[in-house]
Amino acid sequence: MITVLAVHFAVAAVAPLLFRKFGRNSFFALAAVPAASFIWLLLQHDEVYSGTVYSGSDGAITEVIPWIPGLQLELAFRMDALAWIMSLLVLGVGALVLVYCARYFKDKDDYLGGFGAQLLAFAGAMFGLVTADDLLLLFIFWELTTVLSYLLIGYARTRLSARRSALQALVVTTAGGLAMLVGLIMLGSTAGTYRIQAIMDLAPALVAGPAGGVVNAAVVLILIGAITKSALVPFHFWLPGAMAAPTPVSAYLHAAAMVKAGIYLVARLAPGFADTAAWLPIVLGLGLATMLVGGYRALRQTDIKLILAYGTVSQLGFMTMVVGLGTPDAALAGIALLLAHGLFKATLFLVVGIIDHQSGTRDIRELSGVYGSARALAVVAAIGAASMAGVPPLAGFVAKESVFEAFLQYKSETGTGPWLLAGVVLGSILTFAYSARFMWGAFALKPGVEPTAFKPVKPAFLAAPAILSLLTILYGLWPAPVDAWIQPYAELFVHGSEAPPGHLALWHGITPALGLTAVTFVLGLAMFYGRNAVARLQALVPGWIDSDRAYQQTIGALDDTAVWITGRTQRGSLFFYLSVILTVAFVLPLTALLLANKPLPPGLYVIDPGSPLQLVAGAGIVIGALAAVRANKRFLAVLMVSVTGYGIAMMFALQGAPDLALTQMLVETMILVAFVLAMRSLPPGLRDRTGGKYRVIRVVIGLAFGVTMIFVAIHALGARVAPPVSLQFPQLAYEGGGGLNVVNVTLVDIRAWDTFGEISVLALAATGVASLIFVRGRGDRIRTSASVAEGTVGRRTGARGSTREDAALAMNRRFAAATRDAWLVAGRTLAPERRSIIFEVVTRLIFHSMIVFSIYLLLAGHNLPGGGFAGGLTAGLALTIRYLAGGRFELREATPVGAGTLLGIGLATAAAAGMTPLLLGGEVFQSAIVELWLPVFGDIKFVTSTIFDIGVYVVVVGLALDVLRSLGAEIDEHFEEQPETTEEGAAEDQDSGGFPGGVPAGSAAGSADAETTAKGRT
Amino acid sequence: MSVNLTLLTVMGALYACGIYLLLERSLTRVLLGLMLLANATNLLILATGGYAGLAPLFDKDTAAGDYNDPLPQALILTSIVISFAVTAFMLGIIYRTWVLARQDEIQDDAEDRRVAETPSFDAEDDSVIPVETSEFPLATVMSGDRAVRADKAASEEQPGSLNVDPSPEGGGE
Repeated sequence: MITVLAVHFAVAAVAPLLFRKFGRNSFFALAAVPAASFIWLLLQHDEVYSGTVYSGSDGAITEVIPWIPGLQLELAFRMDALAWIMSLLVLGVGALVLVYCARYFKDKDDYLGGFGAQLLAFAGAMFGLVTADDLLLLFIFWELTTVLSYLLIGYARTRLSARRSALQALVVTTAGGLAMLVGLIMLGSTAGTYRIQAIMDLAPALVAGPAGGVVNAAVVLILIGAITKSALVPFHFWLPGAMAAPTPVSAYLHAAAMVKAGIYLVARLAPGFADTAAWLPIVLGLGLATMLVGGYRALRQTDIKLILAYGTVSQLGFMTMVVGLGTPDAALAGIALLLAHGLFKATLFLVVGIIDHQSGTRDIRELSGVYGSARALAVVAAIGAASMAGVPPLAGFVAKESVFEAFLQYKSETGTGPWLLAGVVLGSILTFAYSARFMWGAFALKPGVEPTAFKPVKPAFLAAPAILSLLTILYGLWPAPVDAWIQPYAELFVHGSEAPPGHLALWHGITPALGLTAVTFVLGLAMFYGRNAVARLQALVPGWIDSDRAYQQTIGALDDTAVWITGRTQRGSLFFYLSVILTVAFVLPLTALLLANKPLPPGLYVIDPGSPLQLVAGAGIVIGALAAVRANKRFLAVLMVSVTGYGIAMMFALQGAPDLALTQMLVETMILVAFVLAMRSLPPGLRDRTGGKYRVIRVVIGLAFGVTMIFVAIHALGARVAPPVSLQFPQLAYEGGGGLNVVNVTLVDIRAWDTFGEISVLALAATGVASLIFVRGRGDRIRTSASVAEGTVGRRTGARGSTREDAALAMNRRFAAATRDAWLVAGRTLAPERRSIIFEVVTRLIFHSMIVFSIYLLLAGHNLPGGGFAGGLTAGLALTIRYLAGGRFELREATPVGAGTLLGIGLATAAAAGMTPLLLGGEVFQSAIVELWLPVFGDIKFVTSTIFDIGVYVVVVGLALDVLRSLGAEIDEHFEEQPETTEEGAAEDQDSGGFPGGVPAGSAAGSADAETTAKGRT
Repeated sequence: MSVNLTLLTVMGALYACGIYLLLERSLTRVLLGLMLLANATNLLILATGGYAGLAPLFDKDTAAGDYNDPLPQALILTSIVISFAVTAFMLGIIYRTWVLARQDEIQDDAEDRRVAETPSFDAEDDSVIPVETSEFPLATVMSGDRAVRADKAASEEQPGSLNVDPSPEGGGE
């Protein structure tokens, strides 16, 4: 079985290649696959039917390959009588339909290769579905057929109707499939196994057992899957819609094979679960409703394909009823009907395809006199239609006769029986009527309609339906083999000493069933001859309930809801999103706190005995934060935030964290500079543009969030019960890390991975800043100072200023003209009005000291406050001073190595420090202590983690450099490139004492102008 | 366990001010709000270290409990430098926004607004399509109020078709 499956999928995979080479005749090659499988299947007959029914091993062939043992998922296949009969239908009709396709399509049709592959793969999937012995495997094949059906219906991808129908079928069947999956899992986990055969053996115990309710629910869910797949009311509408598919697809998927999957599932489960509470109401109620609705609607159609489609809907309901009834006779009759239906409905669809192909229409109002042009076709169709109507001596008659028998039997046993029997007879009358209507509509010569032009039908085209109709006759005349095939399945329903199932036969004698058949014929003929009266009657009935419209309205309502919800929630306003998130963030914890009503933990104190000054620092921080909130000038707000930052540095110092205090001070200073540099082109005013209502909301959210955090923190801190892990740290740091500064050793040794992650983030952020400002590239191409003329950088073109400024400018010019050595390398490149004597001198004096100090911090950091971060930031500040004093060329001179290179070197050093111990046989980031004696320095204790710290240092310098070059140097250049528009604001900014960044207060007036110009321009 | 209310109160105030600024429309203020939130969080981590203590510089004679807890300190140190990098990145964004749009304000997302106003009509789902009665059409079908050759009608149902009702959304365009 697995081989058969594999061959189907493998040939499907190469099918497109075949089609490219041989065109439509490739369908013959594809047909060979199911045909050969069909022959293989016939050869298996003896083995499958070899055993006895009650021995448990009734000769069924099983093949199992473990797949995912953890999920109890196996490639388990089992071929018993039911699977064998279904396979017969699937493979036989599949082969014939593929043969038919070879003449139905033209060589020049698009996407033929994909179509052929999908059709063949479908045959494989269907075969897998009926032979699967594992619930989940069955589901996989089930959904595979759904997806392939979607692709096949949508074959004419340029047609809107095809796309829409394909999607509709997919949505409906997948929705049912999902329900079914839930049911299958419930059933499988209740039973403790997913093997179908094992579950069927357990079924009586499961239904009666304690988990009976779960099993009931599972069965209902599985039935929902079966109902959607087999197009039962109220999901029947997708099947007529699916008629947008090419007719061979309709014949195979929507008549013979796929829609039977639901029936198959019902048949598979019926022996064990037909006794559950919901089974009969669902199966019989929906089945009967479907049968009547389908038959009624079929009589109203004018498209012969749609007549067949509604006919199929009707028959599917019919079969579901019979198969689901759960008596031996009904099981026999149901499978017999299923086979007969597969034969005659496939025939009829193929005939419709031929008519459409040869005449160009399927409309019964246009077709006329086809019988005269194509007699053989008409005979084949007549056999199919007669079988559908149940006329002897055809397959349909044999099957329907046994169905009547089964329901007559059932009627005598239960109360609802007579109603069911009446319904079935009424449905059969409708079936007879629409069968006659189909024949008349397709072939009759109609008065008043011009005879349809009909091209002659080639024998190869007609072969497939002809073979099917021959089988229909054969089945009707000699039903004994079919009866033998079904008997083992029907006997599954025989409990104890009940009577065994009857037999299929063409002639049972004069029985009540025969009488019912006669009644059906008479009334059916009457309906056909009175068709005009029937049509008028039907026209009077309003189109009350139309499931298709209900589906459209459901989907439409879903669309409306989705659009409405999206419109309400996705407003595109950051304020709105954040408000929602933050409100949730304080409402939930606050509610929890109030509900729990826990007392505050002990150990609360306001004044730390070790450092009472914290109160003062805290007051400073709060005042700074409030001032930052109130500030309406950009730089004032920035300064106030800096105040809180410096206050926090103070707090760190008071708490006993000198490293933090140092780093925080350095970072605050760098941030302040970076802010001033980046913001110099922005207007100074910082208007609060959110209105009063929103301001109240913001205050409320802010306060509530702050209070929540306080209480959450109190309870979280109070919840600690274990001694902190960090009590070990000092000892670990000294003995393992070889350093006295516990914090630094923690960073470079104990938690080195963490720090490595952090410097990677720093490198990314630095690159991000450079990319945002330079846009193209990283900007490592800044020219050296030798390439520009002296005194040209940042020259002011406008002539303005007070007398006092003029005097200062004159002074600067003299300074610049002085011939003696410059204090800074690139100082001369700056325009005279931008230079500051004092600043240049001071820079010259302190730059090198700062660099040396930074290296001291780096190296001493292992034992004293300091380390790579503090050292790197100090070096960054030194560079900042160089840049502020001497402009961007000075910065270029100060750093011969680019920022990107620095980041790379730093990361590489840190990585090397981590990896080297690994190569030496240690662990990643393991550090070693080397004690040696150097001349001058004396005894030295060198710890290898210092190398890692050097990497950190270099990365931080790279980050600082990137910030300076991007937010400083490059923005300078932007200003100079557009002196006409921004010269006033920019020049004014940079005027104050040569600060390219300017002093906040001094730049305010000038930038106001910049804003006006900018606004005016844009 | 000890809980320092001074630190937590300052932290709460910083959170409140930070959130207030974060909900502002001006990008600069949002950034300042983020910085305040970072500071507040650092204070929170600091508070987990308990009482103020000696600087964690190892000394043989000092008991481990006398130092201020070094672990929160290491975490905060990392956090400080990362906040610096993030602040620099945000500054880059603010500058770029200003250069491109002369805006220092967070704009509402126009795309989101457009989506919110989208009518639920979708040509693919909702347009009326002609009834087809053949895959091999020789006949004409009615498309709206005009007759079209059926095979042509089919090919016209592609994007750009006149065969489909043009909707307000431009399904036919």
